[in-house]
Amino acid sequence: MARVVVDVLLKPEILDPQGKAVEGALGRLGLAGVSSVRQGKTFTIDVDGDLDDARLAQLHELAGSLLSNPVIEDYSIREVTA
Amino acid sequence: MTSGMRIGVVTFPGSLDDRDAARAVRIAGGEAVALWHADADLHGVDGVVLPGGFSYGDYLRCGAIARFAPVMTPLIDAAKGGLPILGICNGFQVLCESHLLPGALVRNDHLHFICRDQKLRIESNSTAWTSDFEVGQEIVIPLKNGEGGYVADDKTLDQLEGDGRVIARYLDINPNGSRRDIAGITNERGNVVGLMPHPEHAVEALTGPTTDGLGFFTSVLTSLVNR
Repeated sequence: MARVVVDVLLKPEILDPQGKAVEGALGRLGLAGVSSVRQGKTFTIDVDGDLDDARLAQLHELAGSLLSNPVIEDYSIREVTA
Repeated sequence: MTSGMRIGVVTFPGSLDDRDAARAVRIAGGEAVALWHADADLHGVDGVVLPGGFSYGDYLRCGAIARFAPVMTPLIDAAKGGLPILGICNGFQVLCESHLLPGALVRNDHLHFICRDQKLRIESNSTAWTSDFEVGQEIVIPLKNGEGGYVADDKTLDQLEGDGRVIARYLDINPNGSRRDIAGITNERGNVVGLMPHPEHAVEALTGPTTDGLGFFTSVLTSLVNR
């Protein structure tokens, strides 16, 4: 089995009001010096068998269409040990 | 009086406003045809409304899963062929996720769900869904959304404005942080329109703040008759 983690974050130029709200809460709870918080999503995907190039390419395609909206979000894919 | 025009209204799992949209079509003089998310074709309708609601529970992103529903395959083809499509609220989100309209809808800048009677200015009547309005006409229809902030990069926004593709703008207040007060846009051809507020809730004096919303539904029937 292979495990793939896809991280999705709003593009830097897109306002992230949820991140801003968390940023304010962190400050109120005493964490000093927080200059920015961006809230994103993480998908942990387990696939049977080995992760060959074809499946990785398929994962990239779906990460850029279903899992993220390229208009407002960036994604990154990494393979981790399950 | 009916126009003989058949307007489909798609129901996705989690759609809320499909019945109101169908009712608005009927009040405007059209025949409302129920379309199902799993349908493989559009049953020969003359136009389609993608209604408001929370398709697939707004999971992943609003409209992101609905965009891949079976009915969207013929709908996207038909939209590119000129079929009039109106996406209201969640339907607008589905149209952006489908890339039939540019940009995206994101969480309201103030983070609260908002529900109010919203004043708009009609900015273009050169679309299938706004032809019965006057440019500059001010209307009041309900607005209710949590993720209604319209965003796109400056180049896209400039292009939309330059091409007259902003069809309605918020007046008095910007309720959700939409860039340049944009409430609705259209595609290059003017057949696909996305609108965040809800014209289908403003078609009868008994239940709506006005009957201003009716114009969107009579427009498409007029456009179809004159085609």
